Amino acid sequence: MPSLLFSTPHLAWLMISPTHYVRLSAVLFAIGLMGLMTRRNVLMILLCIEVMFNAANLAFVAYARAWGNLDGHVVVFFIITVAAAEVTVGLAIAILLARQLKTLNADEVRLLKW
Amino acid sequence: MVTAWLILFAPLAAAIAILLVAIHRPRLASTLAIAGLGTSFAATVWWFLQALHQPMLLPSETSVNWISLPNLTIPFGILLDQLSLLMALVVTGVGSAIFIYSTGYMAGDAAYSRFFGVLSLFAFSMLTIVLSTNWIELFMGWELVGFCSYLLIGHWYAKPSAADAGKKAFMVNRVADFGFLLGILALWAASGATPAERTFHFHTLQLRLPLLAHAGTIAAGTLPVIGVLIFCGPMGKSAQFPLHVWLPDAMEGPTPVSALIHAATMVAAGVYLLCRAFWLFEGVPQVLTLIAWVGGLTAFLSAGLALVENDLKRILAYSTLSQLGYMVMALGLGGRVAGMYHLTTHAFFKALLFLAAGSVIHGTHEQDIHKLGGLWRSMRWTSLLFLIGALALAGFPGLSGFFSKEEILVLAHEHSAPLYWIGTLTAGLTAFYIGRAWCVAFLGHPHADSHSGHGAAHESPPVMLIPLALLALLSLSAGYVGIPRFLGEHAEEFHWGVAIISLIVVGLGLGLAWLIYYRRAISAQQLAHALALPHTLLQHRYYIDDAYTWYVETIQQRLIAGLCAWIERALIIGLFVNGIAWLTQTAGRVLRRLQTGVVQTYALVFLLGILALLSRVFAW
Repeated sequence: MPSLLFSTPHLAWLMISPTHYVRLSAVLFAIGLMGLMTRRNVLMILLCIEVMFNAANLAFVAYARAWGNLDGHVVVFFIITVAAAEVTVGLAIAILLARQLKTLNADEVRLLKW
Repeated sequence: MVTAWLILFAPLAAAIAILLVAIHRPRLASTLAIAGLGTSFAATVWWFLQALHQPMLLPSETSVNWISLPNLTIPFGILLDQLSLLMALVVTGVGSAIFIYSTGYMAGDAAYSRFFGVLSLFAFSMLTIVLSTNWIELFMGWELVGFCSYLLIGHWYAKPSAADAGKKAFMVNRVADFGFLLGILALWAASGATPAERTFHFHTLQLRLPLLAHAGTIAAGTLPVIGVLIFCGPMGKSAQFPLHVWLPDAMEGPTPVSALIHAATMVAAGVYLLCRAFWLFEGVPQVLTLIAWVGGLTAFLSAGLALVENDLKRILAYSTLSQLGYMVMALGLGGRVAGMYHLTTHAFFKALLFLAAGSVIHGTHEQDIHKLGGLWRSMRWTSLLFLIGALALAGFPGLSGFFSKEEILVLAHEHSAPLYWIGTLTAGLTAFYIGRAWCVAFLGHPHADSHSGHGAAHESPPVMLIPLALLALLSLSAGYVGIPRFLGEHAEEFHWGVAIISLIVVGLGLGLAWLIYYRRAISAQQLAHALALPHTLLQHRYYIDDAYTWYVETIQQRLIAGLCAWIERALIIGLFVNGIAWLTQTAGRVLRRLQTGVVQTYALVFLLGILALLSRVFAW
């Protein structure tokens, strides 16, 4: 229900609509993606992936709210769960890299190249 | 009709029985073979006598369904008429004599049982040709005799020359039979508008072809082509120029085989076929002319080859070629009866000559006539029997060869002057070369170094001489038993002019041989020197074998095989097999650069992919 404060037309730009959430989500996703592409540290890459996950979560939640639908919320819980598992595996890989190759630089890890 | 089937299948039963139970029992094998062919011979004689008493019995035909396909039924049957009965009598009669002879000649051979097994199979195959009612049955027999001939020429296959000779015979006949099969199929195709109407059956074709030709259903050029194609078969089997090259080499086989297959029966199958299908050739005079000339040239050219040959069996082989040429010429001139008559008498005297030559080889282990000599003293009987055969071959008056050769010469005299003179000249050459063989091998003095390693020449056992004597009897008497009359057609009149001319020529031939090779009044070397050009030509066998060798080696092996090898190496192996391997390898070498191993490269590619997908989505 709109309050008096926000009902005046010239203050309409202060309204936080789903568009704002989606834009924030896109910005977050792009930041994560840039990090993913540019960072060399495995831990940082994992963190960037995490940022991208949460950008996606934000978009889901925003749409779920906008449409009054619970599906988006459900998906977010799934993503959080999967992300937790993914981080577990990713960190395990990072630990192994540190132990075996004594490095966390992704560029130095190219055992699978031709 | 049971007896008719017996004629055909008794030898086959013998062949199978030998294969199954007698392969390691030589005595049983030869007994079975002789029993099989003897049964066949007895059944033929029974039919022959029946037919003499009741001529209405012939022709008699019986058949069973052999191949049944939609729209095509091929029967397997037996056709008995004067022609097939006479031929069957020759095959089984001469065959029986040769089988008995072989028990002596082949005694102690390592593959004695196999020899008799194949010989029995040959008898069955030959009788299949003779008694067949249709082209397919005949063709099956035709190929089977070729196969048996191959096996028997190569009987002593450990000897490379024998194995090669077998292959050569097989190959040359393959070339000829290809044309023959095409001819048969073309004839079938021409025999009716729809497949259901078409037929391979001799009698039906004989009745139908003139009607179809008259009605214009068969195009004008078709029948001559069919005629020439079918004539390819006899050209190969009866060894006519230029496909004669296999027959002299076929003498590598055991001598009874040369007598039975390569003189008396199988090589005569071509002549028999021309008689059997004479209704086809009758309608196409241009093909008949071709046949006559091929026959005439074969007769003349092969007689020439026999003049310079030194191997006793090969002389007889060239003589066989020459006599087959006579028969083919007779057929080409329209003389069915004359051709068959000469076939019959030739079967007798040529089998006799070969078996006598075999007896010589058996006694001396020598085939070169110049290393023989003086056999008259050591092998009296063989010499006498060989002489009878030689005189019959030369056309000595009163012997069987005289009568049948006269028929052919009279026929040629009536129809074609050049062929008549070629035939007469050939008769002279025949007398000369057989006289030469006789004088050199049987008269004179034994050659100094001959028989050295094998002891003196000895006469052959009775089991070999008795069949020889029977054949000699036939050679002496076959002119008097009325073979042309049995064939039921008008024979040629006896012509005094032709007879006298041919007698003069034959006398000249024999006399010259006597002078040159017995009296030594004329030196053979000086004669050869004086006639250097023809002599060289003959010694190189008209260069025909060389031409074939050149063709096979240069055209076939170097050019065609080289081209095929190039196609295989460059195109199939180079382009298809190795090319595809190279393509895969190169593609792999290029594409593996994509796998940098840097995880962020993959992420970048992943991103670009997603961007591409998104751009597709938003472009719409």
